[in-house]
Amino acid sequence: MQKRFTNGKTGLIPLEVSGLSYHADDRPLLDALDVRISSADRTVIMGPNGAGKSLFLRIIHGLIAPGAGDVRWGGRAMSDDVRRRQAMVFQRPVLLRRSVAGNMDFALSLRGAIDEEKRDALIERVGLGNARDQPARTLSGGEQQRLALARALALEPEVLMLDEPTANLDPASVLMIEEIVNEAHHAGAKIIFVTHDLSQARRLGDEIIFMHRGKILEQTQGDVFFKAPQSQAARDFIEGRIVT
Amino acid sequence: MQDFGNALELAIRLVASGDSDLMEIIALSLRVSLTALLVSAILGFSIGALVATSTFKGRGAIKILLSALMGLPPVVVGLIVYIFLSNAGPLGWTQLLYTPTAMIIAQTLLITPIIGALSTQVIEDIYLEYKDFFTSLAMSRRAVAGALLWDGRYSLLTVALAGFGRAIAEVGAIIIVGGNINHLTRVMTTAIALETSKGDLALAMALGLILIVVSLAINASVIALNLTAKRYAYA
Ligand SMILES: Nc1ncnc2c1ncn2[C@@H]1O[C@H](COP(=O)(O)OP(=O)(O)OP(=O)(O)O)[C@@H](O)[C@H]1O
Ligand SMILES: [Mg+2]
Repeated sequence: MQKRFTNGKTGLIPLEVSGLSYHADDRPLLDALDVRISSADRTVIMGPNGAGKSLFLRIIHGLIAPGAGDVRWGGRAMSDDVRRRQAMVFQRPVLLRRSVAGNMDFALSLRGAIDEEKRDALIERVGLGNARDQPARTLSGGEQQRLALARALALEPEVLMLDEPTANLDPASVLMIEEIVNEAHHAGAKIIFVTHDLSQARRLGDEIIFMHRGKILEQTQGDVFFKAPQSQAARDFIEGRIVT
Repeated sequence: MQDFGNALELAIRLVASGDSDLMEIIALSLRVSLTALLVSAILGFSIGALVATSTFKGRGAIKILLSALMGLPPVVVGLIVYIFLSNAGPLGWTQLLYTPTAMIIAQTLLITPIIGALSTQVIEDIYLEYKDFFTSLAMSRRAVAGALLWDGRYSLLTVALAGFGRAIAEVGAIIIVGGNINHLTRVMTTAIALETSKGDLALAMALGLILIVVSLAINASVIALNLTAKRYAYA
């Protein structure tokens, strides 16, 4: 029933992480993680605040060097070339001091010529058609997140990483974003999606990775995870109890 | 000595009549300071972009040095340029002493550290915010610098205006290397200094009025730029 891309269109799969640690002042923020993401399905990363989800994403995308351990995409170490085939939507959108269209053009120009038709279609797709010439930083929080997604899609990434991209959105926009993410997935992009939202994780999580206190406690198929979480922390999380 | 009211009246008449000596002095002032600004902006913005986006060891030292040089007394800058350009100096052969070029050099030395230090700060702040995004895009150093300069455009313009304000109002450096020679190196500030000491207050006050207008215009532009930047959330 699940889509199988047999390791996808992308040569960047599997992602293999071994012995990944990151410390700040001797406090382990990520603690000897070993994980392998081998399918091109949608991987959802869940876990309570401060679990290390954003940090994990930033390290596998090569934004921060790990303290120890190894990250390999399709057998390759991170490089500019590998990173150019990925895109990340940050938890706090980083928008340039330019118009909505200017932000899109910036991304497009880095990957070749600016295709205005494609740009406008993407802006339209995220519901910002009326704001094309508006200064991006005057957009509302949710609009900013949608622009950040459109801009990431303009890069046509083989791996699309999203760090809580719907945290500030109204329900309709949440569905819009999920639809767009699914379209990107159908077009062949590997999706790695961080969320706190249980129902969203149910909808998107072909595979669930559950993190807690810098450790990966579970990596299971989505349907299995919600029926039979293996760790107490995941059970608490799913049932809405405070995770200790 | 003329009394104040008299001098002011004469000054206003001079300005209104477009007195040719007066215009010549204003034109040279603008030429010298705008040229110095252009060179300093190119140097200062480049230094700013380079220092703000680098991680090399001497980075902190350069920042401290730039800040320290920001407060250089103009007369000291004038003295140093004088020593280099005087006949006995290492650059004496250029015969540049007492020319507008010497004045441009002095003002460039004076304001490049200001523009460099302030733009480093501006660009650093923006870079901090954009860094992850730019790294994610695997951009080249050149593209990063270009994007930062463009996104800092409003703040950098105010930095340039601050540099220009300092140059146009400065007297200590250019009087030493320019010599305040009539029709050759006489600019607004040096003329004011000279005419005042000679007791000819009318011309001095006319030039003083112009300088005040220039300084008001600079400040008004800074305020306008800041307001625009805020309105567009580009600050
Ligand atoms: N550079 C850093 N220096 C010190 N501590 C850090 C650093 N980066 C992250 N941390 C800490 O690491 C922990 C994990 O942070 P991270 O942002 O990955 O959490 P998260 O799982 O994404 O949480 P949230 O759901 O709130 O976004 C937090 O306790 C955070 O304070
Ligand atoms: Mg996070």
